[in-house]
Amino acid sequence: MKKRPLNLNFLSSLFAICVGLLFGYVILLISNPAQAGDGFGTILTGAFRDMRSVGRVLYFATPIILTGLSVCFAFKTGLFNIGASGQLIVGAYLAVLVGNKGAALGGAHWVVALLAAIAGGALWALIPGLLKALANVHEVIASIMMNYIGMYLVNYLVVQTVFDQLRNQSLPVAASAVIPRWGLDKIFPRSNVNAGFFIAVLAAVTMYVILYKTKFGFELKAVGYNRDASRYAGINEKRNIVLSMVIAGALAGLGGGLLYLAGTGKHIEVVNHLAPEGFTGIPVALLGLSHPIGILFAGLFIGYLTVGGDYLQLYDFAPEIIDVILAAIIYFSAFALIIRTFIQRRAIRTGGGGAK
Amino acid sequence: MKIIYFIVQQTMTFSIPLLIVALGGMFSERSGVVNIALEGIMVFGAFTSILFINQMQDTMQGQLLLILAIAVAAVSGMLISLLHAYASIHMKADQVISGTAINMLTPAVAIYVARMIQQIQQIGFVNTFRIVSVPLLGNIPVLGPLFFQNTYLTTYLGFAILIVSALVLYRTRFGLRLRACGEHPQAADSVGINVYKMRYAGVLISGLLAGIGGLVFVIPTSTNFNATVAGYGFLALAVLIFGQWKPGRILLAAFFFGLMQAIASAYSGIPFLAGLGIPNYFYRMTPFIATLVVLTFTSKKSRAPKAAGVPYDKSAR
Repeated sequence: MKKRPLNLNFLSSLFAICVGLLFGYVILLISNPAQAGDGFGTILTGAFRDMRSVGRVLYFATPIILTGLSVCFAFKTGLFNIGASGQLIVGAYLAVLVGNKGAALGGAHWVVALLAAIAGGALWALIPGLLKALANVHEVIASIMMNYIGMYLVNYLVVQTVFDQLRNQSLPVAASAVIPRWGLDKIFPRSNVNAGFFIAVLAAVTMYVILYKTKFGFELKAVGYNRDASRYAGINEKRNIVLSMVIAGALAGLGGGLLYLAGTGKHIEVVNHLAPEGFTGIPVALLGLSHPIGILFAGLFIGYLTVGGDYLQLYDFAPEIIDVILAAIIYFSAFALIIRTFIQRRAIRTGGGGAK
Repeated sequence: MKIIYFIVQQTMTFSIPLLIVALGGMFSERSGVVNIALEGIMVFGAFTSILFINQMQDTMQGQLLLILAIAVAAVSGMLISLLHAYASIHMKADQVISGTAINMLTPAVAIYVARMIQQIQQIGFVNTFRIVSVPLLGNIPVLGPLFFQNTYLTTYLGFAILIVSALVLYRTRFGLRLRACGEHPQAADSVGINVYKMRYAGVLISGLLAGIGGLVFVIPTSTNFNATVAGYGFLALAVLIFGQWKPGRILLAAFFFGLMQAIASAYSGIPFLAGLGIPNYFYRMTPFIATLVVLTFTSKKSRAPKAAGVPYDKSAR
């Protein structure tokens, strides 16, 4: 296995980002040429207007860092986890349930609620993991089905257990289940950022250690590179596939817990709509080059775009332009492999490129 | 009897878009390109055609407008599927990632454009397309109320597409070549079939049908388009798998899934089902669970096209 130089990977990510942004700019130009320049400037600088905006970047980044880690972790074992959305919402439901019913837990309340979220996400990913390992069911299809099953099941359970009939959503959690702010509200006033961001950073570092510093991580990656060869080398590839999915699900579930315990007035709405944060995990993982620390930055980057996009409404643009840009970025990062080989070939042809 | 008529009519409403879109997915996958972008293509087809209806409904109504809107949906579906075709065939990109990008792109574009044009994201339309009773055929006892009353032109279009699809896939040279490219592209190439061209054709047909399917889904079920087709693209993907990539079975799967949706949305009005007291969420979940169960028992000996999802690389022959 030839190791690709990191800077080439980075360049191809940068390329996808630039083309995506350019695409967004063109759309702004078409829809309103007079304001396009200002609007585009706002996307790029909006996140740095004040400390509140910076705090909002951290707040938006928190759940998508976790879904990004989730997609990345499964990806390392050669699995595409498109089910982060379902895992996230099942985790979120259990967190909200514990958050509502577990007031007796006192100071540990929010921790237990997060653990429940982790368990929920893990359980929801266990099923496609087992189906893949034992019956060879393609994990993409199984995860898509699990997304919808999870969504309908959570809708049902919310109505049965923690329903706010007036607003058609889940009841607010107890104050003790809200994730503490740990002083972040002093640094970033009025911004909703909370200790969840530190948990996301901790999760990224933990995943880095597991993937790159342990035998278990090595085995997971070996299965991802070549299932047959790793079986030949004595690795139990079925067990690793299941574990990889379970950990991926646990991460997405934790993301759901952090999102709905943030005490920001976000509730599980009883609508037939998949949680978008699960899908945003895919561009986060791609832009982060499937590396836990890269994902940390990719999550922050997408949070930064989201906050900038919010200010676009000042210029009469719809903030959905950010989703358009993100979609363009994913589309072009799907080309990344081609771009990488293109740059490499050029480097060889021109005699440059240095050590490979 | 009235209840049975009602259920059948409702089932049609939900089954036909699933049938059309799943047939589209069949063409793509049998040519060797996995298409999870069906949802996004449906959204785009519905968006452009409903916008078209919204703009034109003052000058024309009824079946003529519907036919023109279907054409708009078909063309725009094909255009957006070109993105997927280019990425997955020419650029040899990961087909799941490219599909995901399209699924994210089209709802965002639909909301953005709608809000830039008319401030709100919902695009309203007046439904002048319902056929209360087909002349003559609607008067036939039993069959009339079942299939020719309270219906839409699109229902018959759906069946026409099914018949044409089956004929094309199994009775034409094009169909044979398409299937060859999905099973063993190297072999197909070695006898002079242009694999890239066939795969482009497969993806474009899926775009055409999924675009139409988006419009067909929105018209009977709503009075406005809100940048979503409620997961029907993914449900169609399940229909495709449940139907084992074969037109006849896809029809059965579409009816089964459509029936579940019909029950879920109308069961409270049906005394027998309301008495059972099963919440509608379970009816909505059933198709997805059923697909998982089918997959569990068939994946070891999957009938999926062998080369689906693998970019064709001429130099690797």
